[in-house]
Amino acid sequence: MKPASFIRHVPRTAQQVVEALAEFAPLDGRILAGGQSLVPIMAFRMARPAHLIDINEVEGLDRLAVDETFLSIGARVRHGAFHKPVIEGPLGRLLMFVVSHIAHYPIRMRGTFCGSLAHADPASEWCLVAATLDAKLVLQSVRGERVVAVTEFLQGIMSTSLAEDEFLAEARLPLLPDDTRFGFYEFSRRAGDFAMAAALVTYRISEGMIVDAHVGIGGAEDRARRVEEAEAVLNGQAPAQALFVAAGEAAADAIDPLEDAQTTAEYRRDLVRAVTRRALERSTQ
Amino acid sequence: MTAHTKSSGTSWVGRSIRRLEDPALVTGQGRFTADLPANHWVRFVRSSVAAGKLESITAPAGAGIITAADITALKPIRPMLSKFNYVPVGQPILARDVVRFTGEPIAAVYAASKDEAEDLAEQVEVAIAETAALVDGSLALLEGAPLVHAEAPGNVIVEGRIRTPDFDDVWRSAHKVFRVNTRSRRQNAMPMEARAGHAIYEAATGRVTLTCTTQMPHLMRTAICDIVGLRESDLRVVAPDVGGGFGQKMSLAPEYVLLVWLARRLRSSVAWTEDRRENLIASFHSRDQHVELEGAFNADGKLIAVSANVIANVGAYSCFPTTCGVEPLMALAELPGPYDFRAYSCVSRGVLTHTCPMAPYRGVSRPVITLAMERLMDKAACGFEIEPTEIRRRNLIDKFPYTSATGLVFDEGTYKQTMEMAIDAIDVPAFRKQQKVARANGRYLGIGFATFSERTGYGSPAFAARGMEITPGWESVFLTVDPSGFVEARIGASPHGQGLRTTLAQIIADEIGIDPQFITVVHGDTDRSPYGWGTFASRSLVISGGASLLAAQKIRAKLIKMASHMLEASPDDITLKSGSAHVTGTDRSVSIVAMARAAYHQTHIFKGEIEPGLTEVGSYDPSGTFSNACHVALVEVDIATGQVDVQKFLVAEDAGLIINPMIADGQVHGGVAQGIGNALLEEIIYDETGNILTSTLADFLPPTTHEIPEIELHHIATLTGNSITKAKGLGEGGAIGAPAAVIGAINDALSAFGVSIDEMPATPQRIRAALRSSGKMA
Amino acid sequence: MSEKSDITLNINGRDHHIRVESRRTLVDAIREECGQSGTHIGCEHGVCGACTVLVAGEPVRSCLMFAQQAEGKAIRTVEGLAQGDEMHPMQRAFMDHHGLQCGFCTPGFLMLAVGVLEREPEISDENLIDVLSSNLCRCTGYQNIIKAVRSAAAEMRRS
Repeated sequence: MKPASFIRHVPRTAQQVVEALAEFAPLDGRILAGGQSLVPIMAFRMARPAHLIDINEVEGLDRLAVDETFLSIGARVRHGAFHKPVIEGPLGRLLMFVVSHIAHYPIRMRGTFCGSLAHADPASEWCLVAATLDAKLVLQSVRGERVVAVTEFLQGIMSTSLAEDEFLAEARLPLLPDDTRFGFYEFSRRAGDFAMAAALVTYRISEGMIVDAHVGIGGAEDRARRVEEAEAVLNGQAPAQALFVAAGEAAADAIDPLEDAQTTAEYRRDLVRAVTRRALERSTQ
Repeated sequence: MTAHTKSSGTSWVGRSIRRLEDPALVTGQGRFTADLPANHWVRFVRSSVAAGKLESITAPAGAGIITAADITALKPIRPMLSKFNYVPVGQPILARDVVRFTGEPIAAVYAASKDEAEDLAEQVEVAIAETAALVDGSLALLEGAPLVHAEAPGNVIVEGRIRTPDFDDVWRSAHKVFRVNTRSRRQNAMPMEARAGHAIYEAATGRVTLTCTTQMPHLMRTAICDIVGLRESDLRVVAPDVGGGFGQKMSLAPEYVLLVWLARRLRSSVAWTEDRRENLIASFHSRDQHVELEGAFNADGKLIAVSANVIANVGAYSCFPTTCGVEPLMALAELPGPYDFRAYSCVSRGVLTHTCPMAPYRGVSRPVITLAMERLMDKAACGFEIEPTEIRRRNLIDKFPYTSATGLVFDEGTYKQTMEMAIDAIDVPAFRKQQKVARANGRYLGIGFATFSERTGYGSPAFAARGMEITPGWESVFLTVDPSGFVEARIGASPHGQGLRTTLAQIIADEIGIDPQFITVVHGDTDRSPYGWGTFASRSLVISGGASLLAAQKIRAKLIKMASHMLEASPDDITLKSGSAHVTGTDRSVSIVAMARAAYHQTHIFKGEIEPGLTEVGSYDPSGTFSNACHVALVEVDIATGQVDVQKFLVAEDAGLIINPMIADGQVHGGVAQGIGNALLEEIIYDETGNILTSTLADFLPPTTHEIPEIELHHIATLTGNSITKAKGLGEGGAIGAPAAVIGAINDALSAFGVSIDEMPATPQRIRAALRSSGKMA
Repeated sequence: MSEKSDITLNINGRDHHIRVESRRTLVDAIREECGQSGTHIGCEHGVCGACTVLVAGEPVRSCLMFAQQAEGKAIRTVEGLAQGDEMHPMQRAFMDHHGLQCGFCTPGFLMLAVGVLEREPEISDENLIDVLSSNLCRCTGYQNIIKAVRSAAAEMRRS
């Protein structure tokens, strides 16, 4: 299973990246970052880009830093960077907890956070994180830079709002207040496999009640997203097992489930019910 | 000869010595087929549809391409069976007028590199007029179903029937009857190394050397020569280091034939490495079976009769040499398992479909029939309100030799004892308490038992009973001591991970009194090793081991005779120990090196009483022996998702005398892991048009470290008279019992819901669906 | 077929000057152009781990990298584990504990385990088993691989 031929370009600056994209994207050119998603697809010849723009030598794209109100994750930042907390507080711990569910160790040495977002697999854990935390994505092209909300960015299965000649240069995750609680639970056939359903929840407690609940569901629909119906169940209520069950019910009802030969809509809803409840249970631990 | 290895001081047999195979493998110096360079790389163009008429093949001008039109002289692969209404069908090397399964090879292109061959293959246009595809084995039997081969009406390629004379009377006397409907989904052995072949034509001699991933090099040689029209002396087949086989690599693949033909045509070297997608789609599948049975019990919970119907979906062609009859006919003969009952009725059919052909996979049909019989036992246990172990206790065979209702003769075994050993080790009453507490807390733990027999080490009489035209079974070993005192054992078995270079050396070392590091076992090369049947069916240690022992005994006798000359002592006073022959009670000795020298360079001193040289041949063709085991699985079922976690696995096994405990345990570990994969994860899925949906390792799911718990092993050794080394085989046992133990545990965990899980793999989706339809979910 | 370019791959401390197309994967270049066939190909889509090597100290799937991407980075394969006749503790442990049967997956496991333990010597046992779930084996049922890696980890920590 050898990939079809391509011409490899190795830009050194972000400007060179967008210029290469402008020239080669119309000729079937794509960005190569970690390669952990793209190269298998090329091996199957399901993708046959004539040009690959390899961004692994581009200065500055490996920046991982706190900017005022958000964590800035550059295009070359690898999953492995999150094995230890990259920032103090709940956000760093959340990212560290989620990353251990992503594929396997050697994949995490190469695969990138932004690459996962650009690939937009519905089961991607980082897409779920971005969706739940209301990330902003920085898209660059020869026309300049634009910042889009994750809800606009993720458009469907393997589909984003990136224009043909744009690349995802940076993801911005809003910083979380120190008293944010979070919980994450994923269901897959084997550890490290694609999530068949995953839930990420964050909230704070104010006077004993849940406020500012974010409930994100991934793997169950054509894209990861926040599920308002589940959030509405939680907000203003005291955390309790019965509440968590109700939130799970709400999430299961609200989704438009992905179905395939082995996985019925009903089963997908069963999973969403379970992962939502369990993510909430974990948030109290 | 019934005495086993004579102790000569140090005993190597029974010790867990490090494997002689390992230093090369851990340093990356193993030699696998894909490591060989070649002038031409072959890529097969394969059918993208399951059934249809091949209309045209168009390749770019000047492309190196071979189609059926180029190889009309090559005969099809056509294994034969003379019994059981077998219908011979032929598999063309490249599809000729029709295609019969998705992945069937249609053309071979070749180029200077693998990349270019793949580029070229993509440019080949194949026009196929699709016809209705038959995928499901049960649908194949229906009136009006498409015919896969015109010669096989109703798509039945083989059918075995048995009905003991008193069956109806016994059945009528039943106190209770229990039904089981078991579905085993299609498996792929998925060895880590996919198939590969490399053929090189040697102009000086006109010979071809085929290096390939095979478990049966000699038989490949004979078969390919038959098909291509070569003298066997003109083809050398080499099985180098082979990265796992599990049965998938024992059958003749048309790809190997094509490579030999092409090497001769181009007068060069040609090679093919199968990629994982090809392996999942087009390399032999297995175990796509439906077993329905009913068991009749008397009032004491004793099984008195079994009636069974087996449908094995064997795919589009018949595998060589066993024929596709191997799955349904093994089911027919061995379904009764280790249980004592005399009335048996069974109809077992192999059914053709437009799917990838079936070939044996570790355990063959026994994982499926063991599941069916163990489900029967568990259902009966529920019906009689006794523990699953108690119903087995009342029914397991315990007097030997035992002749089954199908005429199989079971030698001495410990069916009940291994079960008792397992029960003690697990502490079942404590588990039941734990299970009750867990249930009250909404957690579902379960325990499952599987007791079974593993038929091993059987020779040609057993294979002859199946009516195979090619009757494997015996093995010979050529044992030579060279003038420097080093020993070479050339064997016809073909190990690929089983550690035979070590275990056979241990057997020989004990007999001759030298260290195993001075013994080299040579295998896999038909130019160097004697004709043999390769490695499969848990046979190599028993049969090649037995042949090694016989040859070593002859060498021993000759050395003692030589020593008696050289030391002027009576042969009765000579012992072989630590590389020398000693006169007992004295300090007179002569080294084996010195004796070997004399055998080649000083033959006159033996005054004509000894033939020159030091080579002896041992041949062994035993009737076979049964090893046995009890497997226990402890699981937790997450009823919210249907996920099953195997928390603990235990095996109590009896495989006779264990030559190398570490190696033997490794075989059990590996078999159990594949069995757990079979029970929970692994499935080749076709859609209704005959396309495979599980063509990558993201879809076909073998277990990882997370899915396999610690496997606890316990051992008993029954020293059988049916194997001269006293060893029984055990390579397949792990795979035979584990699925039933896991499925049994799932059913035990879910007993409160009144569901019956009888399908494997028991995926989370299937378990949730069963729970939903039980109506008992909260 | 696209043009080839000249690159240098440094494998086990030795430079190999080779000519490869852009699409040439690292594993193919290691095995063929550089003649080191100890690293094996099990799936070519990044799942089985048989092709695991160390690149700049990180265990990676060499079937998912292009050879040109590995230029200028130190690559270590199974052939480089032993020092002359002296085997690496991981190799010895695999032999002592029967951590291999057919040997096909073994180089990948060796490099994965050595790479992770060199990066994280104090890794917990639980995390070590989790790391080992990265690679597939069909022969051993993982029991003895885990034993071998634990044993080698203890020895590597002592030295």
